[in-house]
Amino acid sequence: MTDTTRTEPVRRAAVREPGRFARFWASDFAWKFRHSPVAMVSFGVTVILVLAAVLAPLIAPYDPFNPASLNLMNGFTPPGEPNAFTGDEFWLGTDDQGRDVFSTILYGMRISLFVGFAAVMFALVVGVLLGLLAGYVGGWTETIIMRVADVQLTFPSILVAMLIFGVAKGFTPVEYRDQMAIWVLIFAIGLSDWVQFARVVRGATLVQKDREYVQAARLIGRSHWAIMLKHILPNVLSPVLVIATISLALAIIAEATLSFLGVGAPPTQPSLGTLIRIGQGFLFSGEWWILFFPALTLLALALSVNLLGDWLRDALNPRLK
Amino acid sequence: MLAYIIRRVAQSVLVLLVVGLVAFSMFRFVGDPIDNMLGQERTQADIDRLRTTLGLDQPFPVQYWRFLEGAAQGNFGVSYRQGRPVSEIIVERAPATLELALVSGVFALALGIGLGVFTAIRRDGFAANAIMSLSLIGVSLPTFLIGILLIYLFGVQLRWLPTFGRGDVVDLGWWSTGFLTASGLKSLILPAITLGLYQMTLIMRLVRSEMLEVLRQDYIRFARARGLKERAVNFRHALKNTLIPVITVMGLQIGGIIAFAIVTETVFNWPGVGLLFINAIQFVDIPVMAAYLMLISVMFVMINLIVDLLYFWVDPRLRVDRGGGH
Repeated sequence: MTDTTRTEPVRRAAVREPGRFARFWASDFAWKFRHSPVAMVSFGVTVILVLAAVLAPLIAPYDPFNPASLNLMNGFTPPGEPNAFTGDEFWLGTDDQGRDVFSTILYGMRISLFVGFAAVMFALVVGVLLGLLAGYVGGWTETIIMRVADVQLTFPSILVAMLIFGVAKGFTPVEYRDQMAIWVLIFAIGLSDWVQFARVVRGATLVQKDREYVQAARLIGRSHWAIMLKHILPNVLSPVLVIATISLALAIIAEATLSFLGVGAPPTQPSLGTLIRIGQGFLFSGEWWILFFPALTLLALALSVNLLGDWLRDALNPRLK
Repeated sequence: MLAYIIRRVAQSVLVLLVVGLVAFSMFRFVGDPIDNMLGQERTQADIDRLRTTLGLDQPFPVQYWRFLEGAAQGNFGVSYRQGRPVSEIIVERAPATLELALVSGVFALALGIGLGVFTAIRRDGFAANAIMSLSLIGVSLPTFLIGILLIYLFGVQLRWLPTFGRGDVVDLGWWSTGFLTASGLKSLILPAITLGLYQMTLIMRLVRSEMLEVLRQDYIRFARARGLKERAVNFRHALKNTLIPVITVMGLQIGGIIAFAIVTETVFNWPGVGLLFINAIQFVDIPVMAAYLMLISVMFVMINLIVDLLYFWVDPRLRVDRGGGH
């Protein structure tokens, strides 16, 4: 023992402390990642799609929401062929109004991802707080929260989201309905998905709350809120990350389904689901690309996030399986 | 046992009361019901009279109680959009949804069990592996994309099957059925597959894993040793014991079928209750939304109650009092 303590400073002086990234690269987690092709591919696809969505205004060759840049003559241009009238070429073709499909997909993905992220964040905050409260306080608080969670869990979450969307839309004043649609959508999907977070956090909190460090915090007189948020919360977060990733894939699909049904993102702010809804109308007249490319993008997005979530679950916390 | 049932029923009633409160608040607070019912030409006397007849001058709990009374008798008022009683519209639309749900449920159950047994018996065969990989894709595709894919394949490219509506229906007075005409039956195929595919894969995977578990057990080996035919072993001995989890899962999946019937009906323009609900959300038709909310909650609460009670019936171990300590 004494030997190592004596040589420690010498070694430190000789070898440069490895940087944050190098330490991460050498960790178990990174090793698992580097040896899983599924994880690397799904991570790569996710990053590319998210970047494309974030940078949409820079990448997109046209602004699909600027009427001045649209030319109705360009309508129904097949992908990769020059338009018969104007000679303009569009990589993935155009829709009925002459909008470039590639650009609408980029902007649509932006809305899909935004709604997905925001809904998961909302579900996460609600679920984690209620789970902490239920686990830490116990008693009636716990009974009520977990009973509500049980009841909600018996309904499929897509149905809950639809019902909440309908009720919330009803309560929104008429003149704001279109403007608020995106936020109502986030609220509905988020509220349909908090249960998973609450259940896992409650379970983890029950384990943590009798540990010595929590007793010590109580002993030095920290308030209940401080103990919950500053001491227990950081120790229950790792399963939350996994659930959040899987929830993101589900939220993206839920958003697409609702928008496809016409009870989600409004036509003025089309998400991938709205684009698929629009494209379905042209399926029988042969303009397959208006539907096909948004659908393919949605699938790639949902599948890669889903696979990434599955891998994260196995790598971080196999018990959640 | 009795205490458990009472607690369970009380909980169900509480859930329904809360859902009823939400439905009622939509009625009461979204827009002004008087505005929705009276036209432009109205006098203050008209408004006051309607307010009294609708009971809007009563205190909130009284109004809520009246709403529950009405709901219990199937009275949800008049649709804002169609101007007809909601109960009438729902009764008219229900056969379409129920027939679709029934056919897709039978499809999921029959094919799911069949393929599950097949993939379990031939677990290393090429066909079984192909089916298992295909089922993974089936699970990860969203329902509406499956519907669109089927429409594209069988409606647009091959032109084999109708993709729109119910076809010709026969009116039996209180029930309109699509089972009796050729076009009605053909129209059912694609929506039923779309709706049942997810449940089918779920049942298939469940039956497969349960079968693999059961086939390893001693009584199967003894049955083989007794010289029973392979078919008798597989179906009479093994399959029988895999069916209890399948029944409970199927019970819980009825909820999934109801929820995704909404999606399927919209994709195929199927004139059922789900499409009615989607249209009601689009046009904020509160009475229809409230009625659907109540209807679906009653259904879900009932299904869960029945499934919970079935556990007691199916599994005798649960009936033993837990206080015994064994």
